[in-house]
Amino acid sequence: MTADGANTYKVHGPLIELTRARIYELTREPEAVFWVFVFPIVLAAVLGLAFRSKPPEPLPVAVVAGPHAETRLAALQGPDLKPTIVEAAEASLALARGRVVLVVSGGDTPAYTYDPTQPESRTARMAVDAALQRAAGRADAFTPARSEVTQAGARYVDFLVPGLLGMNLMGTGMWGIAFSLVVARNGNLLKRLIAAPARRSHLLAAQLTSRLIFLIPEAGALLLFSRFVLGVPMRGSVLLLAGVALLGALAFSGLGLLAAARPRTIEGVSGVMNLVMVPMWVFSGIFFSTERFPAALQPFVQALPLTALNDSLRGVMLEGMGFVSLLPELALLAGWGTISFLAALKVFRWQ
Amino acid sequence: MLGPNGAGKTTTVEIFEGLRMPDDGEVEILGDRWRGENLPLRARLGIQLQETKFPEKLTVAEVVTLFRSFYPRGLGVGEVLALVGLQDKADGQVRTLSGGQKQRLSLGCALVGEPELLFLDEPTTGLDPQSRRQTWEIVESLKARGRTVLLTTHYMEEAARLCDRVAVVDHGKVIALGTPRELIASLGAEHVIEFAVGGTDGAIDAVTLAALPSVEKVVHDGGSWRLTVREVHRAVPSLLNALSERSLEPTQLTTHHATLEDVFMALTGRRLRDG
Repeated sequence: MTADGANTYKVHGPLIELTRARIYELTREPEAVFWVFVFPIVLAAVLGLAFRSKPPEPLPVAVVAGPHAETRLAALQGPDLKPTIVEAAEASLALARGRVVLVVSGGDTPAYTYDPTQPESRTARMAVDAALQRAAGRADAFTPARSEVTQAGARYVDFLVPGLLGMNLMGTGMWGIAFSLVVARNGNLLKRLIAAPARRSHLLAAQLTSRLIFLIPEAGALLLFSRFVLGVPMRGSVLLLAGVALLGALAFSGLGLLAAARPRTIEGVSGVMNLVMVPMWVFSGIFFSTERFPAALQPFVQALPLTALNDSLRGVMLEGMGFVSLLPELALLAGWGTISFLAALKVFRWQ
Repeated sequence: MLGPNGAGKTTTVEIFEGLRMPDDGEVEILGDRWRGENLPLRARLGIQLQETKFPEKLTVAEVVTLFRSFYPRGLGVGEVLALVGLQDKADGQVRTLSGGQKQRLSLGCALVGEPELLFLDEPTTGLDPQSRRQTWEIVESLKARGRTVLLTTHYMEEAARLCDRVAVVDHGKVIALGTPRELIASLGAEHVIEFAVGGTDGAIDAVTLAALPSVEKVVHDGGSWRLTVREVHRAVPSLLNALSERSLEPTQLTTHHATLEDVFMALTGRRLRDG
């Protein structure tokens, strides 16, 4: 064959070719690109927008119409409250519908109607009481100095971003590996690769390598977006964060490999994947803190690999934790990864 | 290896290929045995499985390149594409290929390591006549280059055209082995007459038919008779005579050269396609 350019193809080593094939397969699938790279950013943006920090709004309260209404209305004016006058008949309706959080009666001695289970109602009661008492002549014993701060890192979106990153590392790590392996097994491709002299270790190593290559744009896109658009803080070492993400990706690749070790069909592997992932979606603190679960559940919650990954990501990003203080979580992740990888090799079905 | 579906052809070939362990016995391939992965032995073989779904999103050239990377030596990717007639499809993704083109890609991936021994498991099953002919031409060109090919098929035309030696397999056993010519010669006669005489075939019997000149063998199969004969020009007139003496008229009468199908029928009493 002449080397006339059109007919020469460069052939690299099997590990490179297998990895490259895997990367082409994924990047040529527009849906996969969307779910891996775009979806987490969209989710972070939408949730960030929904839970963005707003300037404190004055609390709506009502004063029942009557002889004292105008003076009370005047006394309640201020930055914390937004008082209006309502007819007695409408007062309880306004409260029930949530248009106001507290109603001041029209009698000579003011009475407050409010719902003490609502934090806003309780706050309104204190503000209303203080304003009316002061108007009636009570003098403040002292005037405290005030310093108001809003902590970056204390917002919901700051809590959310590391959780989303963890969730994404789990989802793409497990699905990325499991899906392609099961499709290849189902279509006799695994068998064919084994029959041609492909090393089994190369086939699995190529899966892990391509997974780790994808980790860079995948985690990078979400982190850059959250850092520069949402203003999520990065208090710890970026290198440590990368290390945590890498370990997390490897641990979930191991779990993905184990989930895909036996099933022959996509339906089969989907069941296994849901069995593994759904508990972690619920219990591993993606959207809310794991501390909300009762103490009896905590040993289970804390043993989940995604809990360890999310805690580590939050520790580095929000609290600036170092390697040593993260050791228990990282050890747990490494343990999950190693055990599932070894178990997968033991039971793997090649044909 | 010629045999009906379920005869055990694929199982046998996969044992040769080291993809299945034999329950019993030893397999020796090119003087070597299957132990562990045995990549050096694999590198000397070309293996095409009955059906392989290559990654849909990879191009033809990328798939061949991937397979080429597994072999320490072999053909260039361009050479393989030319050999299986897929040069024009080199940059097309696998999902755009027809059934025949996919099968040729699969063949190309088996050839890429310049194998000393090539296993083709039902390479033309499910293909249209044109694709089948193209595949045959590729196998013939490999034969011309001195390659050993072990091919399984349930098409007797394919075995007759491509194979120097044919093993007829049924129920996991080799029931005949030889060149196509030898196997046909084993029938003792080279022609087959098939005829039917409507609903009254009780009026003629096997003994009468066997006594006709040049007839070697008589088989009654459903409503029709099959006579294996040495010379058609002697057997047919006397057959027609025998029928008209009994006032029977043939509703159907055909003659053909004996084929491997006739060999299979003579050995098993069944047709290849009946499965």
